[in-house]
Amino acid sequence: MEDYVNRSITLTVNGQRCTNEVEPRLLLVHYLRDVLSLTGTHVGCETSLCGACTVILNGQAVKSCTVLAVQADGGEVLTVEGLEQDGKLHPLQEGFWEEHGLQCGYCTPGMIMASYQLLQRNPNPTDEQIRHGLEGNLCRCTGYQHIVKAVQYAAKKGLGIGG
Amino acid sequence: MPITPKMVGARIKRREDPRLITGQATYTDDLQLPGMLYMSVLRSIYAHAKLNSIDVSKAKQLLGVVTVLTAPDIAGQTDAVPTAAEVPGMKRPHHPLLAEGKVRYVGEPVAVIVASSRQVARDALDLIDVDYDPLDAVVDPERAIETGAPLLHEEFGDNIVFRVEVPNPAVDQALKEADVVVKLRIVQQRLIPMAMEPRVTVAQWDRAMKHLTVWSATQAPHLLRSQLAEVLRVPEHHLRVIAPEVGGGFGAKLNIYREEILAPYLAMKLGKPIKWTQTRREDFAATIHGRGQVQYIEAAAKKDGIVTAIKARLLFDLGAYLQFFTPMIPGFTGLLMNGAYKIPALSFEQIAVFTNKMATDAYRGAGRPEAAFIAERVMDAVAAELKLDPAAVRRKNFIPKEAFPYTNPAGLVYDSGDYETALNKALQMVDYAALRQEQVELRKQGRYLGIGLSSYIEICGLGPSVLLPPKLKAGGWESCTVRVDPSGKVTILTGISPHGQGQETSFAQMVADDLGVDIDDVVVLHGDTAVVQYGVGTFGSRGMALGGTSLKMSLDKVKEKARKIASHLMEAPPESLDFGGGQVFLKSDPTKAIAFQQIVEAAYGFKAGVPNIEPGLEATSFYEPSNCLFPFGTHVAVVEVDTETGEIQFRRYVAVDDCGNIINPMLVEGQVHGGIAQGIAQALYEEVVYDENGQLLSGSLMDYAVPKAAMMPWMELDGTVTPTPVNPLGVKGVGEAGTIGSTPAVVNAVLDALAPLGVKHLDMPLRPEKVWRAIQEAKGGK
Repeated sequence: MEDYVNRSITLTVNGQRCTNEVEPRLLLVHYLRDVLSLTGTHVGCETSLCGACTVILNGQAVKSCTVLAVQADGGEVLTVEGLEQDGKLHPLQEGFWEEHGLQCGYCTPGMIMASYQLLQRNPNPTDEQIRHGLEGNLCRCTGYQHIVKAVQYAAKKGLGIGG
Repeated sequence: MPITPKMVGARIKRREDPRLITGQATYTDDLQLPGMLYMSVLRSIYAHAKLNSIDVSKAKQLLGVVTVLTAPDIAGQTDAVPTAAEVPGMKRPHHPLLAEGKVRYVGEPVAVIVASSRQVARDALDLIDVDYDPLDAVVDPERAIETGAPLLHEEFGDNIVFRVEVPNPAVDQALKEADVVVKLRIVQQRLIPMAMEPRVTVAQWDRAMKHLTVWSATQAPHLLRSQLAEVLRVPEHHLRVIAPEVGGGFGAKLNIYREEILAPYLAMKLGKPIKWTQTRREDFAATIHGRGQVQYIEAAAKKDGIVTAIKARLLFDLGAYLQFFTPMIPGFTGLLMNGAYKIPALSFEQIAVFTNKMATDAYRGAGRPEAAFIAERVMDAVAAELKLDPAAVRRKNFIPKEAFPYTNPAGLVYDSGDYETALNKALQMVDYAALRQEQVELRKQGRYLGIGLSSYIEICGLGPSVLLPPKLKAGGWESCTVRVDPSGKVTILTGISPHGQGQETSFAQMVADDLGVDIDDVVVLHGDTAVVQYGVGTFGSRGMALGGTSLKMSLDKVKEKARKIASHLMEAPPESLDFGGGQVFLKSDPTKAIAFQQIVEAAYGFKAGVPNIEPGLEATSFYEPSNCLFPFGTHVAVVEVDTETGEIQFRRYVAVDDCGNIINPMLVEGQVHGGIAQGIAQALYEEVVYDENGQLLSGSLMDYAVPKAAMMPWMELDGTVTPTPVNPLGVKGVGEAGTIGSTPAVVNAVLDALAPLGVKHLDMPLRPEKVWRAIQEAKGGK
């Protein structure tokens, strides 16, 4: 069994520049969780179906369990920990809180990041568009109804995310 | 006296959420301990095989591997996996941590590895060589009881775990005298609980103090602690179990698993912290499954629609080994199959069998969905047979509201209920009469609308301790400490272990109202056996009813003491005083008041002394319930079936549920929504599939259809409130009610839609292909 040769990668994560030596096979989600100790992003499966690991990479929502950390080299990552600005919650975070869009909270970071992209692309979605837009994210606790309301809350608040 | 808004009954935002929506919460896999090593488990690829030899030499040589162990390496050093449940005459197979001599289900642990990283621990699995001699497997429970079936545990001579017969000559008589006899064969398919967080355990051994700390994704930290103490042979007072943030449980995390024992065992053996994180595929194969019954039902009815008896032959597909509660879970089914109806005679035969599959155990509803499904399908089948309206048949059979407390034929005492009011409300919400008319019109156009009712009841809030298995260290009670600190802030220590249910909020609401303090001055702690007095846990819809009642008891004790102190300070009798707005005031003249803080200072500072009272202001209570609780309701599913594709579209979904008094309606809605999602999923989408060789075909989310957002209807909720007399809060439970009520409503709706085509029965899940084929067969038969 050969030893892996580590690669040096540099990413900007939630606005902070990070440089680390990683194995080429290290998943982005494990880089975030185990190397950077940003444990807000969760692992819920290994078949890229559950969406708990969703983060924004270079402006696109990705499932970080299916991205290698080395693939993200030079890129910008936004995780749930990076949404709050100067102690002010992002409208999506507010919406999930106001509308009881979470129970156990495990799917929530991924759900919020997927909703972040959904609203970027479609700032005024219908309920049906939200449900289809979140088809990459599973929730076992809520039955999705309050999640739809949470996303509508954020949509009505207007995101002001500036792209 | 300032007026403060009443918290109880209000939609208060959750105190849990700030840490969850910002990614700051700590789930078990988030833990990073210095020197931590990673555990992985090699699992059987055969459902049934002789285990001849395991060669771990190559795995041991991999850089980063610390140790690789198989059964002989750990023999005699721990107890086996425990089963608390007891059914008279049941077989108790030896349940080893690592397979001994034989493997009996795909996924059974065969070897365990400890390595320096997750990745090395995973790599090493591929380097272990196992020599198996495959044996024939048995996966069909009906095959498992036949002579000549492969034997899982040869020492027993057959695959029967237990056989219980409760005959009743009145049932046989009723069947003879019936105007109609309805016969049903129902399959309650196995389900994967699929909490979003897979199972994780972290363990750390303090060698100097001989103290073991175990963090685990569990629903019952104290129960886990007691069991681990026994199995690992560590004195209980040297064992601390912590449930960090837990990402869902649904019953699957109310257990003691092999890996939960292996990780602390390895921590003790190696003197290093150990983390074991389950993959989702491991979760599917080696976390308990829900349901798993084949039911043969005969129901006797008179031509006016009154059901006079139900006879059931129930086969329980328990799996290869028994987990903690495995044999007792399906036992609820026979006891409750009369449902909400005054059916006077029940009889059943229960046969529980071993199969080459993972064990079943408690999963949302745990035996009661299987009972409600029988009652609700019988009502609809009787209605169809007699060409009566299903709502009318239910009305005729309901236990009337004057009849409570009502003792059912199995001896269960239903606490309170008003089934007809809930039914009426639900029917009004859907405009039932108009829907039936529309159904007729649509049929003329070749469109098939179906209306499915489910007037379910269930039994929850376990419960009186005598009902819990004797081997269980704890009973069915629950505990709570209310602790006021010198600054007047209040800490609640609750023995329940919420993982999404929201009691950090709802309990704080109760405290705020009762003590008249600000809700932000209350914190609720749970999940740590070193912090919280012995408790039982969160499962079986008991958190608010039992945990909340123990909280109420402690609040009452604290208030009694506070009144005595206030009485001394205000020179007024204690009974004349009340709490509100941060004060204690004279009921007859609220302007005469002192700050709650003053009482607290008197209690802790004790400078002036208060006669006949100890210093301090806290109280602990243990609540032993006198009965279980019986939530109920009516769900109505309205669907349209596309006969060309077999696809089912929801037109409406209405749920009227009664869980007694409500502390936080927002939390109740969330529980009902989530419960309905899992119930609809059983009806339409999910099933565990093993092939005839015992290979788990539904082994990942690619093959197991957990509902996505677009697969769920919009749920219209309403409720009735029929408080329970069992506890002072009047609260029942609601966590499982949605699941129990919804599955039969959906199945009844689809069968109602397809009745004119001659389809009389469908097995769940009602997948489009299955529905389409049934339509074709029924057409062909014409």
